[in-house]
Amino acid sequence: MSDLVKHSFRFLFFILLQALVLQRIPFLHKFITPYLYFLFIIWLPFNTKRGWLLLVAFVFGLTLDYFLNTPGLHAAACTLIAYIRPFLVNLLISQQGAEQNYASPSIRSMGWAPYFTLVLILTLMHHTYLVFLEWIQIGSFWYFIMKVLASTGISLLLILLSEMLFVRKEKFRTNTA
Amino acid sequence: MRNLFLFIRRYLNFLFFLLLQVIALSMLFRYNKFHEASFMAVAKEWTGGIYDRANNVEYYFHLKKTNDSLARENARLRNLLRSNFEGADTASKLVTDTIPFDSLGNTRKYLWREARVSNNSSSTQNNYITIHRGELQGVKKDMGVISPSGIVGTVVSTSANYATVMSLLHRQSRMRASLKNSGETGTVQWDGNSPLYLTLIDIPRSARINRGDSVVTSYSDRFPPGLVVGTVQDIVEDKSSNFYTLRLKPATNFFNLQYVYVIENLQREEQIKLEEATKKIQ
Repeated sequence: MSDLVKHSFRFLFFILLQALVLQRIPFLHKFITPYLYFLFIIWLPFNTKRGWLLLVAFVFGLTLDYFLNTPGLHAAACTLIAYIRPFLVNLLISQQGAEQNYASPSIRSMGWAPYFTLVLILTLMHHTYLVFLEWIQIGSFWYFIMKVLASTGISLLLILLSEMLFVRKEKFRTNTA
Repeated sequence: MRNLFLFIRRYLNFLFFLLLQVIALSMLFRYNKFHEASFMAVAKEWTGGIYDRANNVEYYFHLKKTNDSLARENARLRNLLRSNFEGADTASKLVTDTIPFDSLGNTRKYLWREARVSNNSSSTQNNYITIHRGELQGVKKDMGVISPSGIVGTVVSTSANYATVMSLLHRQSRMRASLKNSGETGTVQWDGNSPLYLTLIDIPRSARINRGDSVVTSYSDRFPPGLVVGTVQDIVEDKSSNFYTLRLKPATNFFNLQYVYVIENLQREEQIKLEEATKKIQ
Protein backbone atom coordinates (compact mmCIF):
# COMPACT_ATOMS: atom_id res chain seq x y z
CA MET A 1 0.00 0.00 0.00
CA SER A 2 1.44 3.33 -0.94
CA ASP A 3 2.25 5.86 1.76
CA LEU A 4 -0.29 8.36 0.49
CA VAL A 5 -3.18 5.87 0.66
CA LYS A 6 -2.07 4.60 4.06
CA HIS A 7 -1.89 8.05 5.60
CA SER A 8 -5.17 9.14 4.00
CA PHE A 9 -6.85 6.18 5.68
CA ARG A 10 -5.22 7.08 8.96
CA PHE A 11 -6.41 10.69 8.54
CA LEU A 12 -10.03 9.55 8.21
CA PHE A 13 -9.69 6.90 10.90
CA PHE A 14 -8.31 9.26 13.53
CA ILE A 15 -10.85 12.00 12.75
CA LEU A 16 -13.76 9.57 13.03
CA LEU A 17 -12.32 7.88 16.11
CA GLN A 18 -11.92 11.21 17.89
CA ALA A 19 -15.24 12.74 16.81
CA LEU A 20 -17.49 9.68 17.05
CA VAL A 21 -15.97 7.66 19.88
CA LEU A 22 -13.59 9.54 22.15
CA GLN A 23 -15.55 12.80 22.32
CA ARG A 24 -18.73 10.89 23.13
CA ILE A 25 -17.34 8.87 26.00
CA PRO A 26 -19.60 9.54 28.98
CA PHE A 27 -18.37 12.36 31.14
CA LEU A 28 -15.61 11.04 33.43
CA HIS A 29 -14.42 14.13 35.23
CA LYS A 30 -14.27 17.80 34.40
CA PHE A 31 -10.49 17.62 33.97
CA ILE A 32 -10.45 14.76 31.50
CA THR A 33 -10.96 14.82 27.76
CA PRO A 34 -9.44 11.79 26.03
CA TYR A 35 -7.44 12.99 23.02
CA LEU A 36 -5.75 10.54 20.69
CA TYR A 37 -6.21 12.06 17.24
CA PHE A 38 -2.86 13.91 17.13
CA LEU A 39 -1.05 10.55 16.97
CA PHE A 40 -1.65 10.93 13.23
CA ILE A 41 0.84 13.81 13.15
CA ILE A 42 3.41 11.91 15.21
CA TRP A 43 3.13 8.96 12.81
CA LEU A 44 3.74 10.97 9.62
CA PRO A 45 6.90 9.88 7.78
CA PHE A 46 10.34 11.31 8.61
CA ASN A 47 10.89 12.55 5.09
CA THR A 48 7.81 14.77 4.94
CA LYS A 49 8.85 18.29 3.93
CA ARG A 50 8.38 20.67 6.85
CA GLY A 51 6.05 22.94 4.90
CA TRP A 52 3.86 19.97 3.98
CA LEU A 53 3.91 18.72 7.54
CA LEU A 54 2.54 22.07 8.72
CA LEU A 55 -0.11 22.18 6.01
CA VAL A 56 -1.28 18.60 6.58
CA ALA A 57 -1.47 19.19 10.34
CA PHE A 58 -3.47 22.39 9.80
CA VAL A 59 -5.98 20.71 7.50
CA PHE A 60 -6.19 17.73 9.87
CA GLY A 61 -6.91 19.95 12.88
CA LEU A 62 -9.41 22.03 10.95
CA THR A 63 -11.30 18.91 9.82
CA LEU A 64 -11.70 17.86 13.44
CA ASP A 65 -12.74 21.42 14.29
CA TYR A 66 -15.63 21.21 11.87
CA PHE A 67 -16.84 18.12 13.65
CA LEU A 68 -16.52 19.65 17.09
CA ASN A 69 -17.79 23.14 16.25
CA THR A 70 -14.58 24.86 17.35
CA PRO A 71 -13.06 26.44 14.21
CA GLY A 72 -9.32 26.96 14.65
CA LEU A 73 -8.83 25.47 18.12
CA HIS A 74 -7.44 22.05 17.22
CA ALA A 75 -5.89 23.42 14.03
CA ALA A 76 -3.73 25.80 16.09
CA ALA A 77 -2.58 23.05 18.46
CA CYS A 78 -1.86 20.65 15.57
CA THR A 79 0.28 23.15 13.65
CA LEU A 80 2.24 23.83 16.84
CA ILE A 81 3.23 20.19 17.35
CA ALA A 82 3.86 19.75 13.62
CA TYR A 83 6.28 22.68 13.79
CA ILE A 84 8.07 21.32 16.87
CA ARG A 85 8.25 17.70 15.73
CA PRO A 86 11.26 17.89 13.32
CA PHE A 87 13.41 19.67 15.94
CA LEU A 88 12.61 17.03 18.56
CA VAL A 89 13.17 14.15 16.16
CA ASN A 90 16.62 15.54 15.30
CA LEU A 91 17.46 15.91 18.98
CA LEU A 92 16.17 12.53 20.12
CA ILE A 93 17.12 10.16 17.36
CA SER A 94 20.03 8.08 18.51
CA GLN A 95 20.79 5.65 15.73
CA GLN A 96 22.90 7.08 12.96
CA GLY A 97 20.81 7.52 9.85
CA ALA A 98 17.59 6.13 11.28
CA GLU A 99 15.63 8.79 9.43
CA GLN A 100 16.78 7.23 6.17
CA ASN A 101 16.46 3.62 7.22
CA TYR A 102 12.99 3.76 8.72
CA ALA A 103 9.85 5.38 7.39
CA SER A 104 8.35 7.10 10.42
CA PRO A 105 8.77 7.58 14.17
CA SER A 106 8.02 4.41 16.14
CA ILE A 107 9.41 2.35 18.98
CA ARG A 108 11.31 0.25 16.46
CA SER A 109 12.93 3.12 14.61
CA MET A 110 13.81 5.34 17.56
CA GLY A 111 13.90 3.03 20.59
CA TRP A 112 11.59 3.02 23.60
CA ALA A 113 12.92 5.92 25.60
CA PRO A 114 13.46 8.46 22.81
CA TYR A 115 10.13 7.62 21.19
CA PHE A 116 8.17 8.10 24.39
CA THR A 117 10.07 11.27 25.22
CA LEU A 118 8.95 12.55 21.82
CA VAL A 119 5.36 11.49 22.48
CA LEU A 120 5.38 12.93 26.00
CA ILE A 121 6.71 16.33 24.96
CA LEU A 122 4.39 16.64 21.96
CA THR A 123 1.34 15.54 23.97
CA LEU A 124 2.15 17.98 26.75
CA MET A 125 2.64 20.86 24.28
CA HIS A 126 -0.55 19.99 22.41
CA HIS A 127 -2.67 19.84 25.57
CA THR A 128 -1.11 22.92 27.14
CA TYR A 129 -1.80 25.03 24.07
CA LEU A 130 -5.30 23.61 23.56
CA VAL A 131 -6.42 24.07 27.16
CA PHE A 132 -4.75 27.47 27.28
CA LEU A 133 -6.77 28.65 24.27
CA GLU A 134 -9.92 27.11 25.70
CA TRP A 135 -9.53 28.77 29.09
CA ILE A 136 -7.97 32.05 28.10
CA GLN A 137 -11.19 33.87 28.98
CA ILE A 138 -11.70 32.30 32.39
CA GLY A 139 -8.18 32.24 33.79
CA SER A 140 -8.54 29.75 36.63
CA PHE A 141 -4.91 28.70 36.89
CA TRP A 142 -5.44 25.61 39.04
CA TYR A 143 -8.06 24.30 36.62
CA PHE A 144 -5.73 24.93 33.69
CA ILE A 145 -2.82 22.99 35.22
CA MET A 146 -4.97 20.10 36.40
CA LYS A 147 -6.76 19.74 33.10
CA VAL A 148 -3.48 19.71 31.17
CA LEU A 149 -1.97 17.07 33.46
CA ALA A 150 -5.04 14.83 33.64
CA SER A 151 -5.68 14.93 29.90
CA THR A 152 -1.99 14.30 29.18
CA GLY A 153 -2.08 11.26 31.44
CA ILE A 154 -5.12 9.82 29.67
CA SER A 155 -3.68 10.57 26.22
CA LEU A 156 -0.37 8.88 27.07
CA LEU A 157 -2.26 5.84 28.30
CA LEU A 158 -4.27 5.69 25.06
CA ILE A 159 -1.14 6.12 22.92
CA LEU A 160 0.69 3.40 24.86
CA LEU A 161 -2.29 1.08 24.42
CA SER A 162 -2.57 1.74 20.70
CA GLU A 163 1.18 1.23 20.23
CA MET A 164 0.94 -2.14 21.95
CA LEU A 165 -2.28 -3.26 20.27
CA PHE A 166 -1.47 -2.20 16.74
CA VAL A 167 2.15 -2.98 15.98
CA ARG A 168 3.19 -1.04 12.93
CA LYS A 169 5.47 -3.02 10.71
CA GLU A 170 8.49 -0.80 10.13
CA LYS A 171 10.70 -2.36 7.54
CA PHE A 172 14.40 -1.66 7.59
CA ARG A 173 15.22 0.09 4.34
CA THR A 174 18.63 0.37 2.84
CA ASN A 175 19.88 2.89 0.35
CA THR A 176 20.80 0.17 -2.13
CA ALA A 177 17.33 -1.28 -2.49
CA MET B 1 16.02 43.59 -1.25
CA ARG B 2 18.24 40.58 -1.69
CA ASN B 3 18.63 40.31 2.06
CA LEU B 4 14.87 40.36 2.45
CA PHE B 5 14.49 37.43 0.07
CA LEU B 6 17.29 35.59 1.84
CA PHE B 7 15.55 36.21 5.15
CA ILE B 8 12.21 34.92 3.85
CA ARG B 9 13.91 31.88 2.32
CA ARG B 10 15.72 31.10 5.51
CA TYR B 11 12.70 31.41 7.80
CA LEU B 12 10.13 30.17 5.31
CA ASN B 13 8.93 27.34 7.57
CA PHE B 14 8.68 29.57 10.59
CA LEU B 15 6.76 32.23 8.68
CA PHE B 16 4.44 29.57 7.28
CA PHE B 17 3.90 28.30 10.81
CA LEU B 18 3.08 31.82 12.02
CA LEU B 19 0.68 32.33 9.11
CA LEU B 20 -1.23 29.13 9.91
CA GLN B 21 -1.37 30.04 13.59
CA VAL B 22 -2.77 33.48 12.78
CA ILE B 23 -5.43 31.95 10.53
CA ALA B 24 -6.40 29.39 13.17
CA LEU B 25 -6.50 31.90 16.04
CA SER B 26 -8.47 34.48 14.09
CA MET B 27 -11.02 31.78 13.23
CA LEU B 28 -11.22 30.84 16.88
CA PHE B 29 -11.64 34.32 18.31
CA ARG B 30 -14.02 35.53 15.64
CA TYR B 31 -16.07 32.37 16.01
CA ASN B 32 -19.37 33.97 16.91
CA LYS B 33 -19.47 36.05 13.76
CA PHE B 34 -17.70 33.41 11.75
CA HIS B 35 -19.98 30.49 12.34
CA GLU B 36 -22.76 32.15 10.43
CA ALA B 37 -20.55 32.16 7.34
CA SER B 38 -21.84 30.02 4.53
CA PHE B 39 -19.05 27.48 4.30
CA MET B 40 -19.52 26.57 7.93
CA ALA B 41 -23.07 25.68 6.91
CA VAL B 42 -21.73 23.47 4.13
CA ALA B 43 -19.40 21.75 6.58
CA LYS B 44 -22.37 21.23 8.88
CA GLU B 45 -24.29 19.38 6.16
CA TRP B 46 -21.30 17.03 5.89
CA THR B 47 -20.54 16.47 9.54
CA GLY B 48 -24.24 16.36 10.33
CA GLY B 49 -24.70 13.52 7.83
CA ILE B 50 -21.83 11.53 9.33
CA TYR B 51 -23.02 12.14 12.89
CA ASP B 52 -26.48 11.03 11.85
CA ARG B 53 -25.22 7.66 10.70
CA ALA B 54 -23.19 7.16 13.85
CA ASN B 55 -26.18 8.11 15.93
CA ASN B 56 -28.35 5.55 14.20
CA VAL B 57 -26.09 2.92 15.75
CA GLU B 58 -26.00 4.53 19.15
CA TYR B 59 -29.76 5.01 19.04
CA TYR B 60 -30.38 1.30 19.56
CA PHE B 61 -28.56 1.32 22.87
CA HIS B 62 -30.90 3.98 24.20
CA LEU B 63 -34.16 2.55 22.88
CA LYS B 64 -35.33 1.36 26.26
CA LYS B 65 -34.66 4.67 27.98
CA THR B 66 -36.17 6.62 25.10
CA ASN B 67 -39.30 4.49 25.21
CA ASP B 68 -39.61 4.99 28.93
CA SER B 69 -39.33 8.72 28.75
CA LEU B 70 -41.76 8.87 25.81
CA ALA B 71 -44.27 6.74 27.69
CA ARG B 72 -43.94 9.00 30.73
CA GLU B 73 -44.40 12.05 28.59
CA ASN B 74 -47.43 10.54 26.88
CA ALA B 75 -48.97 9.93 30.26
CA ARG B 76 -48.28 13.50 31.28
CA LEU B 77 -49.77 14.84 28.06
CA ARG B 78 -52.86 12.65 28.34
CA ASN B 79 -53.47 14.23 31.71
CA LEU B 80 -53.37 17.62 30.05
CA LEU B 81 -55.88 16.72 27.34
CA ARG B 82 -58.67 19.17 27.25
CA SER B 83 -61.20 16.35 27.21
CA ASN B 84 -60.11 15.62 30.79
CA PHE B 85 -61.42 18.98 31.87
CA GLU B 86 -64.83 18.79 30.33
CA GLY B 87 -67.42 20.68 32.32
CA ALA B 88 -70.93 19.51 33.08
CA ASP B 89 -72.35 22.00 30.63
CA THR B 90 -71.59 20.85 27.09
CA ALA B 91 -71.68 24.42 25.85
CA SER B 92 -68.29 25.08 27.49
CA LYS B 93 -66.50 22.05 26.02
CA LEU B 94 -63.14 23.02 24.61
CA VAL B 95 -61.88 21.68 21.31
CA THR B 96 -58.24 21.58 20.30
CA ASP B 97 -57.57 22.66 16.77
CA THR B 98 -54.49 22.99 14.66
CA ILE B 99 -55.50 26.16 12.85
CA PRO B 100 -54.27 29.40 14.40
CA PHE B 101 -57.60 30.20 16.02
CA ASP B 102 -59.20 27.80 18.43
CA SER B 103 -62.89 27.85 19.12
CA LEU B 104 -62.47 30.45 21.85
CA GLY B 105 -60.81 32.87 19.47
CA ASN B 106 -57.38 32.51 21.10
CA THR B 107 -54.48 32.95 18.74
CA ARG B 108 -51.94 30.17 18.71
CA LYS B 109 -48.65 31.53 20.02
CA TYR B 110 -46.32 28.53 20.22
CA LEU B 111 -45.80 25.83 17.62
CA TRP B 112 -43.90 22.69 18.65
CA ARG B 113 -41.93 20.52 16.26
CA GLU B 114 -40.10 17.38 17.23
CA ALA B 115 -36.52 16.77 16.08
CA ARG B 116 -34.09 13.91 16.26
CA VAL B 117 -30.73 14.69 17.92
CA SER B 118 -27.87 13.78 15.62
CA ASN B 119 -24.95 14.98 17.73
CA ASN B 120 -24.60 16.03 21.30
CA SER B 121 -21.69 17.21 23.39
CA SER B 122 -21.66 17.69 27.14
CA SER B 123 -18.02 17.41 28.14
CA THR B 124 -16.51 20.64 26.77
CA GLN B 125 -16.83 24.24 27.94
CA ASN B 126 -19.04 25.27 25.03
CA ASN B 127 -21.54 22.57 24.26
CA TYR B 128 -23.66 22.35 21.16
CA ILE B 129 -26.34 19.92 20.05
CA THR B 130 -26.95 19.17 16.38
CA ILE B 131 -30.52 18.31 15.42
CA HIS B 132 -31.78 16.77 12.20
CA ARG B 133 -34.24 19.49 11.26
CA GLY B 134 -33.26 22.68 9.46
CA GLU B 135 -34.52 25.67 7.53
CA LEU B 136 -36.44 23.49 5.07
CA GLN B 137 -38.34 21.97 7.98
CA GLY B 138 -39.13 25.28 9.59
CA VAL B 139 -36.33 25.77 12.12
CA LYS B 140 -35.01 29.32 12.40
CA LYS B 141 -32.35 31.00 14.49
CA ASP B 142 -33.29 31.90 18.10
CA MET B 143 -36.01 29.29 18.53
CA GLY B 144 -36.23 27.56 21.90
CA VAL B 145 -35.41 23.86 22.28
CA ILE B 146 -36.69 21.59 25.05
CA SER B 147 -36.45 17.92 25.90
CA PRO B 148 -39.29 15.81 27.31
CA SER B 149 -38.10 16.72 30.82
CA GLY B 150 -36.90 20.33 30.60
CA ILE B 151 -35.18 23.17 28.79
CA VAL B 152 -32.26 22.28 26.47
CA GLY B 153 -31.16 25.53 24.80
CA THR B 154 -31.53 27.86 21.84
CA VAL B 155 -31.02 27.39 18.10
CA VAL B 156 -27.93 29.37 17.07
CA SER B 157 -27.39 28.43 13.46
CA THR B 158 -29.16 26.49 10.77
CA SER B 159 -28.41 24.83 7.43
CA ALA B 160 -30.87 23.28 5.00
CA ASN B 161 -31.49 20.09 6.97
CA TYR B 162 -29.64 20.55 10.25
CA ALA B 163 -29.50 23.08 13.04
CA THR B 164 -27.09 23.60 15.92
CA VAL B 165 -28.44 24.33 19.37
CA MET B 166 -26.46 26.20 22.01
CA SER B 167 -27.05 24.05 25.06
CA LEU B 168 -27.64 25.54 28.52
CA LEU B 169 -24.19 24.07 29.19
CA HIS B 170 -22.47 26.84 27.25
CA ARG B 171 -20.51 29.64 28.82
CA GLN B 172 -22.35 32.28 26.78
CA SER B 173 -25.79 30.87 27.48
CA ARG B 174 -28.09 33.29 29.37
CA MET B 175 -31.74 32.64 30.14
CA ARG B 176 -34.38 34.36 32.26
CA ALA B 177 -36.09 32.04 34.70
CA SER B 178 -38.12 32.44 37.85
CA LEU B 179 -38.80 30.56 41.07
CA LYS B 180 -42.05 28.65 40.74
CA ASN B 181 -43.19 29.34 44.30
CA SER B 182 -42.57 33.03 44.71
CA GLY B 183 -42.04 34.23 41.15
CA GLU B 184 -38.75 36.11 41.60
CA THR B 185 -36.89 36.25 38.32
CA GLY B 186 -33.17 35.76 37.74
CA THR B 187 -30.73 34.68 35.09
CA VAL B 188 -29.67 31.07 34.49
CA GLN B 189 -26.11 30.60 33.28
CA TRP B 190 -23.34 28.02 33.42
CA ASP B 191 -19.90 28.45 34.97
CA GLY B 192 -18.27 25.90 32.67
CA ASN B 193 -17.27 23.54 35.46
CA SER B 194 -19.63 20.66 36.04
CA PRO B 195 -22.36 19.71 33.53
CA LEU B 196 -24.42 18.45 36.46
CA TYR B 197 -25.14 21.95 37.77
CA LEU B 198 -26.36 25.30 36.45
CA THR B 199 -26.20 28.64 38.23
CA LEU B 200 -29.12 31.00 38.88
CA ILE B 201 -28.06 34.56 39.75
CA ASP B 202 -29.81 37.85 40.56
CA ILE B 203 -32.49 36.43 42.85
CA PRO B 204 -33.14 39.16 45.46
CA ARG B 205 -32.46 38.23 49.08
CA SER B 206 -36.08 38.92 49.95
CA ALA B 207 -37.08 35.69 48.22
CA ARG B 208 -37.85 32.67 50.39
CA ILE B 209 -36.00 29.70 48.97
CA ASN B 210 -36.00 26.07 49.94
CA ARG B 211 -33.87 23.29 48.61
CA GLY B 212 -35.74 21.41 45.90
CA ASP B 213 -37.79 24.39 44.70
CA SER B 214 -38.59 24.32 41.00
CA VAL B 215 -37.23 26.97 38.67
CA VAL B 216 -39.36 27.59 35.58
CA THR B 217 -39.20 29.73 32.46
CA SER B 218 -40.75 33.17 32.77
CA TYR B 219 -40.48 36.22 30.55
CA SER B 220 -39.04 34.84 27.37
CA ASP B 221 -39.54 35.38 23.68
CA ARG B 222 -38.59 31.75 23.07
CA PHE B 223 -40.25 29.52 25.63
CA PRO B 224 -43.81 29.32 26.91
CA PRO B 225 -43.91 30.23 30.60
CA GLY B 226 -43.88 27.48 33.21
CA LEU B 227 -41.51 24.95 31.63
CA VAL B 228 -39.13 23.42 34.16
CA VAL B 229 -35.49 24.53 33.97
CA GLY B 230 -34.28 22.75 37.08
CA THR B 231 -34.49 22.44 40.84
CA VAL B 232 -32.60 24.35 43.52
CA GLN B 233 -29.77 22.24 44.86
CA ASP B 234 -27.77 24.66 46.97
CA ILE B 235 -27.79 28.27 48.09
CA VAL B 236 -24.40 29.93 47.85
CA GLU B 237 -24.25 32.43 50.73
CA ASP B 238 -22.64 35.74 49.87
CA LYS B 239 -23.15 38.26 52.68
CA SER B 240 -21.77 41.18 50.68
CA SER B 241 -24.37 40.91 47.93
CA ASN B 242 -28.04 41.76 47.84
CA PHE B 243 -28.67 38.80 45.61
CA TYR B 244 -28.61 35.04 46.03
CA THR B 245 -26.57 32.77 43.82
CA LEU B 246 -28.27 29.40 43.51
CA ARG B 247 -26.95 26.11 42.24
CA LEU B 248 -29.52 24.33 40.09
CA LYS B 249 -29.82 20.73 39.09
CA PRO B 250 -30.97 20.89 35.44
CA ALA B 251 -34.24 19.09 34.69
CA THR B 252 -32.87 17.89 31.37
CA ASN B 253 -30.46 14.99 31.29
CA PHE B 254 -27.97 16.35 28.76
CA PHE B 255 -26.15 13.04 28.47
CA ASN B 256 -28.79 10.92 26.77
CA LEU B 257 -30.80 13.31 24.59
CA GLN B 258 -32.43 11.50 21.66
CA TYR B 259 -35.48 13.60 20.79
CA VAL B 260 -36.07 17.27 21.41
CA TYR B 261 -38.84 19.73 20.59
CA VAL B 262 -38.18 22.98 18.76
CA ILE B 263 -40.60 25.69 19.86
CA GLU B 264 -41.52 28.46 17.49
CA ASN B 265 -43.02 31.61 18.97
CA LEU B 266 -45.34 32.78 16.21
CA GLN B 267 -45.63 36.25 17.73
CA ARG B 268 -41.93 36.71 18.44
CA GLU B 269 -41.24 39.06 15.55
CA GLU B 270 -44.01 41.38 16.63
CA GLN B 271 -42.70 41.47 20.20
CA ILE B 272 -39.10 42.06 19.15
CA LYS B 273 -40.13 44.80 16.73
CA LEU B 274 -42.08 46.61 19.41
CA GLU B 275 -39.20 46.33 21.90
CA GLU B 276 -36.68 47.60 19.35
CA ALA B 277 -38.94 50.53 18.50
CA THR B 278 -39.26 51.39 22.19
CA LYS B 279 -35.50 51.35 22.58
CA LYS B 280 -35.14 53.81 19.71
CA ILE B 281 -37.53 56.30 21.31
CA GLN B 282 -35.48 56.48 24.49
